Amino acid sequence: MSDDRKCECGHTNPIGTVLCESCGKPLLMTDAELEEADNFPSMRYEGMARRSKTYSRKLVDKVWNFFSSVKIAVIIIIITLVMASVGTILPQKMYVQVPLLDEQMTRDYYSGTYGLFGDIYYLLGFHEMYNSWWFVTLMAMIGISLVICSLDRIIPLYKALRKPRINQHLAFYRGQRLFIPLPVEGAKELDATMDQTKGWLKKRGYKIFGEGTSILAEKGRISRWGPYINHVGLIVFLLGVLLRGVPAFHIEEFIWVREGQTVSIPGTKLFVKNLEYKTEYYAEDEYVEELGMKEGMVIPKNFQTDVIIYKNENENLPGAEPNLTQVKEGPITVNHPITYQGISLFQLDRREQILGALNFTLIDMDSPDSKEIGEVKIDLFDPSSEIKVGENYVVRILDYFPDYQMGTDNRPQTKGVLPNNPMVAMEIVDTKTNVLERVAYVAGGFVQQNENTPRFQLATHMPDLIDSSGLIVRKDTMLPLILFGAIVSMIGLVMGFYWNHRRIWIHMEAGRIYVAGHTNKNWFGLKQEAKFLMKHLNLSNDLVAVQDKDKKKNT
Amino acid sequence: MGKEKRIYMRIGVLGILLIALVFAIYSSISKPGLLKVGDEAPNFSLKDREDKNVTLADLKGKTVILNFWGTWCEPCRNEMPALEKIYQKYKSDDVVVIGLNVGEAKLTAEQFIRQVEVTFPIWFDSRKEVTKRYSVGKMPTTYFIDKDGVIRVIKTGEMTERVMEQLLSETKQ
Amino acid sequence: MIELSGNLLLGAFILYLIATMLFTVAITGRKWSNRDPEEHATKYGRIGMVVSLIGFILHLGQIVLRWAAAGRSPTSNMFEFISLFAFFIVAGFLILYYLYRLTILGAFSMPLAAIMLAYASVFPKEITPLVPSLQNYWLQIHVSTVSLGEGILAIGFAAGLMYLIRTIPQKIRSKSTFMLELTISVILMMIGFIVVSFALQSPNMATTFEFPVYDANNPGVVKEMQQVEYKLPAIAGPQDYTIIKEGPMKPLFETPTFMHGLDAARKFNTVIWSVMSGLVLYGLLRLILRKRIAAAMQPAMDDIDPELLDEISYRAIAIGYPIFTLGGLIFAMIWAHEAWGRFWGWDPKETWALIVWLFYSAYLHLRLSKGWLGEKSAWMAVVGFVIILITLVVVNLVIVGLHSYAGV
Repeated sequence: MSDDRKCECGHTNPIGTVLCESCGKPLLMTDAELEEADNFPSMRYEGMARRSKTYSRKLVDKVWNFFSSVKIAVIIIIITLVMASVGTILPQKMYVQVPLLDEQMTRDYYSGTYGLFGDIYYLLGFHEMYNSWWFVTLMAMIGISLVICSLDRIIPLYKALRKPRINQHLAFYRGQRLFIPLPVEGAKELDATMDQTKGWLKKRGYKIFGEGTSILAEKGRISRWGPYINHVGLIVFLLGVLLRGVPAFHIEEFIWVREGQTVSIPGTKLFVKNLEYKTEYYAEDEYVEELGMKEGMVIPKNFQTDVIIYKNENENLPGAEPNLTQVKEGPITVNHPITYQGISLFQLDRREQILGALNFTLIDMDSPDSKEIGEVKIDLFDPSSEIKVGENYVVRILDYFPDYQMGTDNRPQTKGVLPNNPMVAMEIVDTKTNVLERVAYVAGGFVQQNENTPRFQLATHMPDLIDSSGLIVRKDTMLPLILFGAIVSMIGLVMGFYWNHRRIWIHMEAGRIYVAGHTNKNWFGLKQEAKFLMKHLNLSNDLVAVQDKDKKKNT
Repeated sequence: MGKEKRIYMRIGVLGILLIALVFAIYSSISKPGLLKVGDEAPNFSLKDREDKNVTLADLKGKTVILNFWGTWCEPCRNEMPALEKIYQKYKSDDVVVIGLNVGEAKLTAEQFIRQVEVTFPIWFDSRKEVTKRYSVGKMPTTYFIDKDGVIRVIKTGEMTERVMEQLLSETKQ
Repeated sequence: MIELSGNLLLGAFILYLIATMLFTVAITGRKWSNRDPEEHATKYGRIGMVVSLIGFILHLGQIVLRWAAAGRSPTSNMFEFISLFAFFIVAGFLILYYLYRLTILGAFSMPLAAIMLAYASVFPKEITPLVPSLQNYWLQIHVSTVSLGEGILAIGFAAGLMYLIRTIPQKIRSKSTFMLELTISVILMMIGFIVVSFALQSPNMATTFEFPVYDANNPGVVKEMQQVEYKLPAIAGPQDYTIIKEGPMKPLFETPTFMHGLDAARKFNTVIWSVMSGLVLYGLLRLILRKRIAAAMQPAMDDIDPELLDEISYRAIAIGYPIFTLGGLIFAMIWAHEAWGRFWGWDPKETWALIVWLFYSAYLHLRLSKGWLGEKSAWMAVVGFVIILITLVVVNLVIVGLHSYAGV
């Protein structure tokens, strides 16, 4: 069974063709209907058969047709944008500053801060919306729609645009929105008008096809590909985003590194050492104008961490001592990450002036002139249990609580690991005589074992203050692909919207000459063009009328 | 294009798109590296109280109760006596409790250990690398690992002795 | 130089207002006695164009001078951004005028630009040095491009609004007439907010409150005390407030608990003032005009070809959309990657930019593939602009995120 249709001009067309591929005659209309210009079918795809419109029995075809429909695509887009906006009403979990270590804490946070609304928000999963299976499905469906819509339409468009369609049937011209029968008579005048028009169109940049009685002048055909190039770009973009899901292509971590500390970079065999962190503020004279700011308020100019990146030559077993070789050194500032082998470290956060070490001087009251014996430095992150001072003295650390508080059962304990409120219980020993005394440093002061006349005293000095840098670790091998997709998409948009495909036909038949025109966008501009043509031919502007036929059609 | 060819083409395209959809959903909900029951417990190497290097692999053949704790964590302190009891009870049965201290100075941890008076091995994860690898967030978290090194139970939160017994017997099966 | 720049901006603003009046006279004054309507419209239209152009040049001068004074492009705070947006609205108008020569478009475009400029002036104007995250060329490129795109899309809105006023039948009440009045009252709320902010700017009008901030993890436990200053008289006070410095009135009630954030109460108060003043303005206009506002405007638009308006609205969107895509999405992603290491993080501003983009994609598909024209298309152009305003106003001021600027 053949699926073709024969036209009166002799050409056989595939089923579903609306305008004959060869001469442009509307195939599905009777002669009587043809007289009524209003009924001319849509010029979409030059009247070629669009496959999905013609088959719809099997499941495969039904699914295909579903995704190839623009209406469905628009619905998916609108659902996506509505849901995306709902996700912004309350802060997403990833942006909440408070650490939410498990589901219960998360739920408590949302219901505690936002009441019933927050609780419902949490229960519906809206607090983690953009990575949820259903939101991802929505976006994937946009992607699927992009692929199928494009595939479905690109082939008929290619076939339609492959050859310039000169179309010789008068019914074709009459059915165009721009149709001007010229008030020119006589064989000589007809020929002259034909030549004049051809010449003028050529000067306006049109390419001329055809000879004799049927001419096509065409401009900007390539802009028809714009939407498809745009869609291809978007598909490539989404493909890049999708492939990021492969673990090897994507790393995303956050680490805190104190000054002086070396920390492993998760997901890699690399380590990073924080040499120094500093914040620079704008100086008074760097302000362009008086800002009238409150006392002490400053504006930061630069956040910078100087780091060294090392590679672990060992197996990289968690917790094992690494064998480090230096591979890179440099600064990290906001907007300027440091990169090594595709891994980048970004400056994101900082904690400044945290206690790093306590500094004391040991004084022996029994020695002549209450002599200062020596310095005692207590590293608050890794204190040694014994510190030798001078020749004969030892300070032993008995207890250390980084963040001291009195527990519920009157037992001293720590709130956490960071030394926000250090308490150190020490015993100071004179090794020559084995005299020892206990003293505790707590809340900035001392508690002596020997309350009245302690033998040993510690004088406090400025503690070591250190900074800690919060760095983001990123690896994203798909970025070039994603960028490429975005650029292609832009090119497609520019092609499609800033140029249009204009065609002007000139046709001589039975002693009359007809001008017809079509454009895919900007009819106003085509009308203007036609008016200029009329002026050039010394004919009246009023001849130019763009008919409303196509507008009401639902295509 | 022939009818059949067209259908095969469409099935092919839809099939690829379906795979892409499934992959997209899967990669958005799965957290690579997050350990779950049935995974092999990743090996690691830390220092023990005598400052010797010890690894998880050393314990292959034994059932391991890996307990992540910190001195600031009240529930961790509360379950220490129960952990010690379990340790003593099943020592001869090739069960070992390992207390993993999360990122604290040895000094702080040692003084805590002296207070709670536990005898099971304590290893020090001073750089928190193991804590990170085992995705430990809220504490205490305890991993029950069987003789072949497979994770059988991941428990977050304080355990009573009874719960420990129960989970241990599950692991030994 | 900064002062001159400020004066230029004031000049531009005044000229935009004058242009608005001229364009309005051009449409409405046609039916006055002893005038030839065509000639009248053309004459005033032309003067309006000249005034707009001069205003535009002054505005350009302001931008250039401010750029020179600050050493960087004027794209880093709310004031700079919104005045740039106003500038590009005028630019969009000029572009569409060049294509279609419809001077009357100015009657809606220029007031839009003037309103935007006035809105910008509500914000602190000082040239502040750039904080580290803003120290990037891509910032300047992203902000100026997206602003241009949005300015052109705004003309799509203006033409769409004109279309609706021109074509919606006003003889009987309908869903459309109601929605149109609603749209107009929202615009009036914006004007109301600006008027109220300027009228009530003196220190006597300010109230300072102190209020407790509760610990998110321990409800009922006070974490710290905070202070906030209301520039507008207090209608809704912060939760559990105490007054430190009295203002013209005491709050009538407290802000509901679910409004979270240190500035939530102040912003809520501002919103209340805007809505109220907008409704008051609307009420007054209805009283004076004795009919629906759109109905009062309709006769003046009778001579305008609605299809031309429809075409202009679409064309503006077709021109602005690729620019918005480039500036609001692509350049934004490049900058986000350089600053924060991830090109997309679903923070509220990024998400809303995507929402704008998706919405206009839907608009274009419905128009080009489904033949949506006329009223349906015009409404979408209006809604699209509302979404843009949401990204400007709500996301910056109400929702907290990486992107927020200071607020009023």
